[in-house]
Amino acid sequence: MVGIPTLIQLVLVWIPTLASIVLSFFKWDGLGLSGFHFNGLVNYNFVFNQAPQFWPAVLHNIVWLLFLGIIGTPLGLLLAVLLDSKIRGSRVYQTVFFMPVMLSLALIGIIWELMYSQNNGLINNVLGTAGTPGAIDWYGNSNVNLFAALVAATWRHAGYIMVLYLAGLKGVDPAIKEAASLDGANGRQTFFRIVFPAMAATNIIIVVITVIESLRAFDIVYVINHGQNGLELLSVLIVEYLVGETQVIGIGSAFAVVLLVISLVPIVIYLSRTFRNQE
Amino acid sequence: MAAMPSGRFEIDRRSLIRTAGLGAVSLAGVGVLAACSTGGSSGGGGTSGGGSLTFGSNASDPVPKQAYAAFVSAFEKKSKDKVTTNVSDHNSFQDKITNYLQGSPDDAFTWFAGYRMQYIAAKGLVGDVSDVWAKIGGNYSDALKKASTGADGKQYFVPNYNYPWGFFYRKSLWAANGWTVPATFDELIALAKKMKAKGIIPIEFADKDAWPACGTFDYLDMRINGYQFHVDLCAHKEAWNSPQVAEVFSTWKEMLPYQDPSAAGLTWQEGAQKLGTKKAGMMLLGSFITQQFTDAAVLADIGFFPFPAVKVEGTDAVEAPIDGLMLSKKGAQNQAAKDMLAFMGTGAGQGAYAAVDKSNIMTAKDADTSGYSAFTKELSGVIANAKSISQFFDRDALPAMASNVLEPAMLNFIKSGSINLASIESQAKTLYAQQ
Repeated sequence: MVGIPTLIQLVLVWIPTLASIVLSFFKWDGLGLSGFHFNGLVNYNFVFNQAPQFWPAVLHNIVWLLFLGIIGTPLGLLLAVLLDSKIRGSRVYQTVFFMPVMLSLALIGIIWELMYSQNNGLINNVLGTAGTPGAIDWYGNSNVNLFAALVAATWRHAGYIMVLYLAGLKGVDPAIKEAASLDGANGRQTFFRIVFPAMAATNIIIVVITVIESLRAFDIVYVINHGQNGLELLSVLIVEYLVGETQVIGIGSAFAVVLLVISLVPIVIYLSRTFRNQE
Repeated sequence: MAAMPSGRFEIDRRSLIRTAGLGAVSLAGVGVLAACSTGGSSGGGGTSGGGSLTFGSNASDPVPKQAYAAFVSAFEKKSKDKVTTNVSDHNSFQDKITNYLQGSPDDAFTWFAGYRMQYIAAKGLVGDVSDVWAKIGGNYSDALKKASTGADGKQYFVPNYNYPWGFFYRKSLWAANGWTVPATFDELIALAKKMKAKGIIPIEFADKDAWPACGTFDYLDMRINGYQFHVDLCAHKEAWNSPQVAEVFSTWKEMLPYQDPSAAGLTWQEGAQKLGTKKAGMMLLGSFITQQFTDAAVLADIGFFPFPAVKVEGTDAVEAPIDGLMLSKKGAQNQAAKDMLAFMGTGAGQGAYAAVDKSNIMTAKDADTSGYSAFTKELSGVIANAKSISQFFDRDALPAMASNVLEPAMLNFIKSGSINLASIESQAKTLYAQQ
């Protein structure tokens, strides 16, 4: 019975991955085998040296990771800690903060358009700049649109992290908290010295989720402006070159392999840690 | 997808107006909905000699959608064939075309002339319609036949309509200020200066979707370097890092201060609204812009002038993309599908479409143009008098070159005023070599 999951894994993950790696060294029109030619490193030269969107995309992915890691994830942790203490209406708050998690990021991009729209949006109307030439176009101005998208993404990300940490906090034995307070630790010390380290398993999952969320970020920028004009991401470049009329399979595959290699770094670290703990 | 947030409001507004009763439009729509959905009962028992076909349409905007529905119902009435129409979102239909044609495509589908047609024809993904052309050929000009012909000399495409690109403006605004139509680029800049002094955005420009900037590029290139150079550049027979292309962008730079500074965040629909409300002086766009002016008084106030002469060939070249129908490989075996394409090649077929969507120019010689407004007559005259007709950069060139290279580079040029032509040339070399 082990064979079936292995087979599924092979067909859905390993074969496409290896095919992408092979295709990244070829040029192919995607139609017949007749159009299949070895292309050496031409596709990679295009990715690294010719495509002007590549390095901005790498930078934006890094900004995405830092923003979620420094603001989004700690915000989720803060919400979880606040709601875990027995305040009135905790369930209501939990529901409110969790609500965005149930929406797709694409939908969130559209919802936030109501906030960000240059002349009709809430923010500019509150600022009183709507309709004037000084109104900031939050999605259209390439100096701010990455952060506008990140705020919208964080709105959802924080709720997701909150739920995971709420579960993690429930798993912490109340006895160790009591022991800490008996030893005279204040609330902050109890949390950072005792409770947070006790959630090591949850923390690792959260780190992995944050990294994955920032590497696979795609839908929200694609909805905003197809990931152009300041919102370039590696995932967008892959789609631009692999999907639709603009398909250039070799180049799209080369972009995909670059993202694969980047993704392997956190995955390898995570797996090696997991296996080391098991030994 | 990109236009969705604002697009939603557009649709609301449009459907509102439709419900309020844009007479002919809503009637045509209802009639065809019935024809499509009632299955066997429609056609009044005339199904005896009738075949059937499926028709994949990219006409997802309300007006073109109803116009194709009117065309289909006219065809059904005439031929007693049954047509099942599958409407897809305009942009995603375009993006999926190769997968669509390799999968289980409809018999007939909507498409464009130019490189986009020639590419799928050269890859053997579509049906040859040379025998249909044997019947309808006399009804088209040579330029249109050439535009419908693939690289192998066979016809693959039947034109429905085309529409010119040029400057649109509100006549009353210009008359009130004593502004006149500029004939040369210098006059255009002089006029723009006057408009800017009045606090009006001289040249409305909306490039959120990245493709509208191609219109400005195409015209500047054709006016500065001539039509043939432009065509060769699109096919990458000319280099991008040439002094000719550099001159296009240096000329554009003179115009840039007078184009809407918030262009990068605007859809063309939003830009058209600024023109309609007289916040902007003029706008370079295709004549589909008139679909946005649902107020008849505003529509009657819209004027047109061709892109002014810059350096060579005056205003001989016109950008007028052609939309029409093609057959899938499967559809080429279906006589009913061929009949529908032949019907598209007649004045009656194009008239049924044009009765609803009045923003375009019919292409058949025997089309009944008596229903044209004075404005449409003017537009059709511009196309008829053109010495050469270009499609549009994203139709004349490799799609990846347009969407992934030139359009982002132009978006950057609009913001920064600088363009790296050496980079564009190096990307073009790699991309064209992959085909």
